[in-house]
Amino acid sequence: MSDIAIRVENLGKVYRIGEFQGSYSYRQDYHTLRETLVGAVTAPLKWLLASKHSKKGVNNHKPEVETIWALNDVSFVVPKGQVLGVIGRNGAGKSTLLKILSRVTEPTLGYAEIHGRVGSLLEVGTGFHPELTGRENILLNGAILGMKRTEIERKYKEIVAFSEVEKFIDTPVKHYSSGMYLRLAFAVAAHLEPEILVVDEVLAVGDAEFQRKCLGKMSDVAQEGRTVLFVSHNMSAILRLTEETIVLDQGKLVYRAPTPAAVDYYMSSGLAQIGERVWAADEIPPSAAPFTPQVIRIRDGQGRVVDTVRSTETATIEIEYRLDAPITGLRVGMYLITARAESVFTSFDTDDPEQFEAYRVRPAGDYISRCTIPANYLNEGRYIIGINASAYRIRRYFQDEQALSFNVDGTAAPGSQWPELRMGPVRPLLDWRIEPASPSKYTDKDQVEIVHDQ
Amino acid sequence: MSETILPKNTSKTKPNEEVLFVRPSSGWAALNLMELWKYRELTYFLIWRDIKVRYKQTVLGAAWAIIQPFFTMVVFTIFFGKLAKVPSDNVPYPIFSYTGLLPWGLFAAALTNAGRSLVGNRAMITKIYFPRLAIPLASVLSGLVDFAIAFVILIAMMFYYHFIPQEGYEFYLTPAILTLPLFILLALITALGVGLWLSALTVIYRDFNYIVPFLTQFWLFITPVAYSASMLPKKWALIFALNPMTGVVEGFRWALLGTDTAPGPMVAVSSTIAIIVLITGLFYFRRMEHTFADKV
Repeated sequence: MSDIAIRVENLGKVYRIGEFQGSYSYRQDYHTLRETLVGAVTAPLKWLLASKHSKKGVNNHKPEVETIWALNDVSFVVPKGQVLGVIGRNGAGKSTLLKILSRVTEPTLGYAEIHGRVGSLLEVGTGFHPELTGRENILLNGAILGMKRTEIERKYKEIVAFSEVEKFIDTPVKHYSSGMYLRLAFAVAAHLEPEILVVDEVLAVGDAEFQRKCLGKMSDVAQEGRTVLFVSHNMSAILRLTEETIVLDQGKLVYRAPTPAAVDYYMSSGLAQIGERVWAADEIPPSAAPFTPQVIRIRDGQGRVVDTVRSTETATIEIEYRLDAPITGLRVGMYLITARAESVFTSFDTDDPEQFEAYRVRPAGDYISRCTIPANYLNEGRYIIGINASAYRIRRYFQDEQALSFNVDGTAAPGSQWPELRMGPVRPLLDWRIEPASPSKYTDKDQVEIVHDQ
Repeated sequence: MSETILPKNTSKTKPNEEVLFVRPSSGWAALNLMELWKYRELTYFLIWRDIKVRYKQTVLGAAWAIIQPFFTMVVFTIFFGKLAKVPSDNVPYPIFSYTGLLPWGLFAAALTNAGRSLVGNRAMITKIYFPRLAIPLASVLSGLVDFAIAFVILIAMMFYYHFIPQEGYEFYLTPAILTLPLFILLALITALGVGLWLSALTVIYRDFNYIVPFLTQFWLFITPVAYSASMLPKKWALIFALNPMTGVVEGFRWALLGTDTAPGPMVAVSSTIAIIVLITGLFYFRRMEHTFADKV
């Protein structure tokens, strides 16, 4: 009997981008009939013309077909019962790998051999319908995840209890808060009992309490001796749940080691960092339309795109995006959090009342929203930028909690004369004044009064 | 931490465990209908969802299933029956057109729903594996409920015209009514065949979003719903039957209204075409299936 759960051999997947319109739109891969028809009609013509003028070297001007190997020659084996972590930056191929293993999409090259029933959790709440009640969605979602009807009925009570939404179970889920919705969705998924479980970033959503619950459930699953492939950006979750981890970069498997070593490699090799993040078509949910995020980058005081900015210089965050239709009340902004998940601030591009008035309705088009973080503001350390594009109380178009991360180098930061660690995410140079209080009885010169001047 | 303890996975070390190979497919794929059968519960749930959702939040709910064909019948009766005096094979024009509108409604809904079914279920297709055939299949089959509701009106009309005979018309039940299930099946085969083609084509060419409404309208005119196939020159009848809906509609009338049009040859031609459309549709769908997740 083989002890292998998954064997992946030379797996590769190529995506074509910008083939027709040269756009980064997430729908770039479909043709319109016109293109096909025009192609069919003009092909012989072009061929004729080309052969006629071939001596003159007329360029056929073929549109450039740009391709990206989302996964490139990846091979690995997962023994039965192992919990394997998969890490890598956005666009490294993690999701593509999971999509292939769960048979959502096909590889272009190579193959994967899977021993046992696979349950894949690329998203929670797949197929949930807003008009259906919680109860109805449990049944439907269970069937979509591959549970038998009898199995769903048997676990129904357990699922409802786990979701903590008993009171609203006969209410259409469109009336649920996002927290309730997620809890219900995860509750169904958590009761899936496949031999091999493939999990993508499902823990990156929801509040802290929800995440704790998910992680608890995941570690139960891991302890039951099932094979799990677990993708996450959350290094502490990876460290806690997995024994071994593979690191992907630009579609290639670059490292495989026991988890602590792999995480260390990933964090220190610069893989986690480039100072720029381009959203791939498959990272943008269709629900984001008409908002299409394109690039987020960070520039240092000299305008270079860098991963590390100096605390003593300004840093500029640029968010590039396209609107295919005008949006009323759109605000594009960022959350800044530290690597220890402390929130530093939240800021939107229309915070300023003047901007807010000027962009009440943002017309369709390409935009860059730029934000400058002042010099002498952030403490040294690693920061994560999350972005959010929404219309307040109307709709959230797009959110990426981990859009980009960067380092702040504290050289010459305020107070560098003492080589000590300063607490807190900010390290501002505040306006201090020192002045002698009344020329009094205090003869001790060390005794000074500190005046905090804002 | 463990709110719920799952039963220990008694890892059955079966001598011949299921091994799945994931590899690039090329060319024509096998139909693999066995797999679809394995996922029959999912198909069932998708049908159930379609039906549940369809009339939620509508004021009149399932009454729409009756209103649409009924008022079309009224309009047809006024304009074609009374004004244009279209002959109706010796049965009262209202029941004549309604009998045609029933299978037509099933077919037209299948065209519209199946056509956009894959795109409409994008979220599922890009996140979960299941035989994609389940989606257009469910959207075609869910139309049967509307069909059944609309059928109630037909039964009422049949009673009405049976007990209150109209002058100059004859209408009576014949044993041919026993063949009705076969014609319903033929309607489903036709609808599914065309639906499969359209659903796959819509994923690849979004133009079909615009083509389908136009196609449906056009198709209604070449199908003998408002008029009778017996109006056509005999020699054209079989060419006319190349439209599989011709056989379906004429068959319905023959089975339900006892018209003596003997649509045998027409039904034979229509059935053949319907089966060809279904089989080619299945193969085309299966061939394109592996690209859906990337293109939808």
